[in-house]
Amino acid sequence: MINASISNLTRGIFKENPTFVMLLGMCPTLGVSTSALNGLGMGLATAFVLIMSNIGISAVKRLIPDIVRIPSFIVIIASFVTVIEMLMQAYMPSLYQALGIYIPLIVVNCIILGRAEAFASKNSVWQSFLDAVGMGVGFTFALTTLGAIREILGNGSIFGWSFVGEEAHPMLLFIMPPGAFLALAGIIIVVNKIRGVK
Amino acid sequence: MSKKKQTILSPVITLVTISCLSAYILGYVHEKTLEPIKAAKDNQELQAIAEVVNEFDNNPFSEQMKITTKNKKHKLTMYPARKDGKLNSVAIKSYTNTGFGGRLEIMAGFNVDGSIKSFKVISGHETPGLGSKVDEPKFKEQFSGFYPAHQIMKVKQDGGEIDAVTAATISSRAVIKALERAYDAFSNFTTGNDADD
Amino acid sequence: MSYLMIFITAIFVNNIILSQFLGICPFLGVSKRISTALGMGFAVMFVMTLATTVTYLIYYTFLQPYDLKFMTTVTFILVIASLVQMVELVIKKTSPALYQSLGIFLPLITTNCAVLGIALLTIQKNYTLIAGICYTLASAIGFTLAIVIFAGIRERLDRTDIPQALKGTPIVLISAALLSMAFMGFAGISY
Repeated sequence: MINASISNLTRGIFKENPTFVMLLGMCPTLGVSTSALNGLGMGLATAFVLIMSNIGISAVKRLIPDIVRIPSFIVIIASFVTVIEMLMQAYMPSLYQALGIYIPLIVVNCIILGRAEAFASKNSVWQSFLDAVGMGVGFTFALTTLGAIREILGNGSIFGWSFVGEEAHPMLLFIMPPGAFLALAGIIIVVNKIRGVK
Repeated sequence: MSKKKQTILSPVITLVTISCLSAYILGYVHEKTLEPIKAAKDNQELQAIAEVVNEFDNNPFSEQMKITTKNKKHKLTMYPARKDGKLNSVAIKSYTNTGFGGRLEIMAGFNVDGSIKSFKVISGHETPGLGSKVDEPKFKEQFSGFYPAHQIMKVKQDGGEIDAVTAATISSRAVIKALERAYDAFSNFTTGNDADD
Repeated sequence: MSYLMIFITAIFVNNIILSQFLGICPFLGVSKRISTALGMGFAVMFVMTLATTVTYLIYYTFLQPYDLKFMTTVTFILVIASLVQMVELVIKKTSPALYQSLGIFLPLITTNCAVLGIALLTIQKNYTLIAGICYTLASAIGFTLAIVIFAGIRERLDRTDIPQALKGTPIVLISAALLSMAFMGFAGISY
C-alpha cells in the first residue's frame, strides 16, 4: 500500500514525466517557457488545477453517469481554472499578464483531462491526490527547466538576474518560437539517453 | 420507454447540477476577488503614472479625464500631476494595435512644455527578452526631454532620431506610434484649453 | 485593420501553430501523412469557425450583458465539447463519406487548445462578428497550412537516415523549429 502510494507520487516526476516522456501539454510548455519565472508560474498554476480536479473528480466519480463523464470532468476542470485565473488576476497581476491566454487554456491541457480519465476516475481520493502532486511537480519541473535553458541561452539571464554584460549578444533565437522547439528537442535527446531509449 | 427516459434524464440532471454548482462557486469567488482585482489594476496604473510624471502631491488617478486626438478618432485617458496645486506634468494612457504581439498599451508622461518625460509599457505581448526591451532604460532614455513637435520621432531606419532596440524594430515602432497618439491628444488638449491652465 | 490584413497576419505572420503555439498536440500527433493532416485541417477549420461564431454570439448576448464574464471559460469549453459531438452526429447521419474521412479527428478536437484559444482571442481582440469569423477562418487555414507542410516534411524524414540520438521525437521537434524559422520570415509583413 505504501509502496503503491510512493510509486503513484513519484511516477509523474521522473518515469512518466508528462512533458519530457509523455509529451503532453505541449502548447503551454512551448508557449510560456520564455523565462524560468514564467515556466515556474505556469507549472504551479497547472499543478493547482491538476490537484484540485483530481481530488474533486475522484470524490464524485460514482455520482456521474458514464455518458456525461467527459463533459462533467470538463466543467469541473474549467471551474478550477477560472478560480485560479481570478486569484492570479487579484494577487499576481504581473504573472497574469505574462501568461495571458495560456491560463484559460489550462482547461484543454491534455495532462489534466488525461489524469482525470486515466487515474482519478478509477482511484481513491488520496491516491488521486498523490498522483496529481507527482504529475504537477513533474510538469512544473519540466517547464522551469525549459524556461531556464531558454532564458540562459536567449537572454543571458536566469530568473530575471542577468549574468552577461550590457554589450553581450545572447542567442536571441532561443526565446523566439523556433528556440522553443530546439530547446525541447535538446532536452528530450538527453532524457532519452538517460532513460536508455534506443 | 420509462427505462429509457430515466437513462436520458439522470445524465442531464447530473450535468445541470454540476454546472449550477460550478456557476455558484465561481460567482462566489468572482465576488470575493472583484475588489482585489480592481485594486491590483488601479495600483498597477498608479505605479505606472508615478513612474512617468514629475513629483506630485495630488491624486492623479481620481482627477483623470478623457481627451481625444485631433481627428476625434481615439479617446485616451489623461492623469494630471500637480505639486502645490500647480500642474507640472501629465500621464496619458495610450495604445497601438501594431505591436509585434498585437495590442500594446503604454503610460506616456509629458512635461507641460510639451516634451516627453518618460513612458512605461503597461501591457502587451512583445517577445520576452526581445521586444520587451522597449521597456528598458537603454531605449527609454532616448525619449527623456524629447520634443515631438520639433524633433523627428521615428526610428533611424525610418529617417528619425531614435535608435530602435536591436532586432525589435517592430516593437520600437509600436511604442513610438503609441507615444505619437498620446502626444497628438495632449497637444490637441493644450491648444484647445489654453484658458484652463 | 482591414479584413485582408487580418487574413494575412493570421495565416502567415502570427501563424497559430508556429508562433502562437496553439494546437501543438495535433501538429505533432496527426502529422505523419499528408492525407491525415489534410483531414485534420479541414475538421479543425469546420469546427473552429462554427465554435467561434456560436461562442461569440453567446458571449455578447448572455455573458456580457448579464455580467457573467467569469463564466466565459466554462461556457466556451462546454459549447465546444457539445458542438463537436453534435457535428459528429450530424455528419454521421447525413454524409457517411465525410464521416469516414473526418470522423476520427472530431473527438480529438475538443481538447485541441487551438479551438478554445481562438474563440477566447476573438473576444479578447474586440473583433466584430465578421472580423472574428475572418480571423478564425484565417487561423484555421494557417493551422492546415502548417500541419500539411509539416506532414510533407515528415514523409520525407521517414526515408532518411537519421542519427541514432535524434530518432523519434527530437528530429520531429527540430524540423518544427526549422519550419517555424521559415515562418519568422513573414514577420515583416505586418506593416
